[in-house]
Amino acid sequence: MSTPKEKPLYISIKTDLPYAYSAGRPLSRFLVALRDEAKILASRCNQCSYVLVPPRAFCTQCHKLTPELVEVGPRGTLETFSVINFPFIDPFTGLERPVPYGYGIIKLDGCDNLLPHFLDISDHTKLAIGQRVEAVFEEKENRTTALTDIKHFRVLI
Amino acid sequence: MHRVAIVGVAQTKFAAEKIDQNYAELAYEVVDSLFNQLGIGHSDIDNIVTASSDFWDGRTISSMAVQDAVGAWLKSETKVSSDGTLAVLYGMMRILSGSFGTTLVLAHSKSSEGNQTMLGNAVFDPIYQRQLGFDLVAAGAMQARAYLEKYNLTEADLAEVVVKNLGNATYNPNAQRAMSITVEDALKSNLVADPLRELDIAPNSDGACVLLLAREDLVSKFTDKPVWLTGVGHYQDNYYLGDRDLTTSKSLEKAAAKAYSMAGIINPRKELNVVELYDTFSHQELMWSELLGLAERGRGIDLIRSGVTKLGGELPVNPSGGVLGAHAMFVAGLVRVAEAALQLRGEAGAYQVEGASKALAHGTVGPCGQTHCVWILSNEK
Ligand SMILES: [Zn+2]
Repeated sequence: MSTPKEKPLYISIKTDLPYAYSAGRPLSRFLVALRDEAKILASRCNQCSYVLVPPRAFCTQCHKLTPELVEVGPRGTLETFSVINFPFIDPFTGLERPVPYGYGIIKLDGCDNLLPHFLDISDHTKLAIGQRVEAVFEEKENRTTALTDIKHFRVLI
Repeated sequence: MHRVAIVGVAQTKFAAEKIDQNYAELAYEVVDSLFNQLGIGHSDIDNIVTASSDFWDGRTISSMAVQDAVGAWLKSETKVSSDGTLAVLYGMMRILSGSFGTTLVLAHSKSSEGNQTMLGNAVFDPIYQRQLGFDLVAAGAMQARAYLEKYNLTEADLAEVVVKNLGNATYNPNAQRAMSITVEDALKSNLVADPLRELDIAPNSDGACVLLLAREDLVSKFTDKPVWLTGVGHYQDNYYLGDRDLTTSKSLEKAAAKAYSMAGIINPRKELNVVELYDTFSHQELMWSELLGLAERGRGIDLIRSGVTKLGGELPVNPSGGVLGAHAMFVAGLVRVAEAALQLRGEAGAYQVEGASKALAHGTVGPCGQTHCVWILSNEK
């Protein structure tokens, strides 16, 4: 018989469930353009002209299909940011990311919505809402066909 | 249309790690407590709606873990993979459909059993956001900065929310984090994701909450202190963080307008007696208060400075301590409804708002408040 003094057990299970998510066509074109040409593509709605990055198959404003892709950025404006001080295990590498690091939400030139991404925080004094920023791409040989082929955004002087 | 009332509520104490109970035992504790309170049993329940998350619990259908505990064998149990306020909505709809007379609504969650940062990251789209490592705290921090900057507010303003709510939590025996501190103390807590400090961020909690809904003709069988569901609004915004203006929430404004109109509320600031908000971060109490029409945009802080929303003020907000006092994912919204119901029954103990007759309970889910559900409750039919 158990007594109240017995410590309950934890049963630990590490679940490793692999998935392969279809990126769909517009996002596949976006990722290939990032990797091969260091270009940022967005979807543009023929009905209401709304420009969305990353590109979608349909417009989030008027619900029409958006077959047209246009190039946006690589410059933009910092809408908000945070310097992150808590450790984070990168789900793609399993490694802990060094802290601190920066996140920003950027309005790319030519876009109507915003792109959340890493922010270079090496010059902390220049971080401000409204600051102009620019995408810095990974070296071509290091690109992995992912949104992280943009290494981060850096503050423009 | 039939009216629906809450006829009983029960909740666990909330704690960072409830290793003594598995999910079924956690659920059983509150269901058993509710049954004893009402003098009823499993046969008095017509159907069950639960709230929990497969990803959080690490099983394909998370409610399977609690189905026996809620007495769901040979009955209809269904789940929302979202906040508990939406389980109340679903539960009410099942009664209004005419198929059921009573609905048991339960939410359970244990943050201690998974990695909250990785689970928070899994909230985001696997194709174009997860790689960046976003989690709910990082997203909340960016919302906080955008909000503070837009309305010329400071971290000290956020600290005032922390001081009020953690102070209120000292009166709530179920709270996990309760502190009598000053603004200066709050500003000394660790900077986690600037501008948010440790105390600005809801703690991770384990716990469960349950309530029983009944159709009006059955209410007297259970209680002489029913709490009527008089208004509800539920709206959501775009999923992708970059598609929203994080300094506002159109979905909350719409949810509030719908709930107020259904409940016949014209001036919420004057007509409501008590508010329980789902503020995962201190800045969200200010934002949500404004968007619920309790203050002008950017002036939510005045409600705290003038003492309107303190315990004993004209319109207490989060007298229980709110989500900064305990945050079990998906449960926290149901707890807001339960706390509002306790206030309207005069059973809120040391944090009772005297004479409260109309309450607002709010739930949200998704990064930076993607989805909102607003409930108006009344102890008058
Ligand atoms: Zn459009």
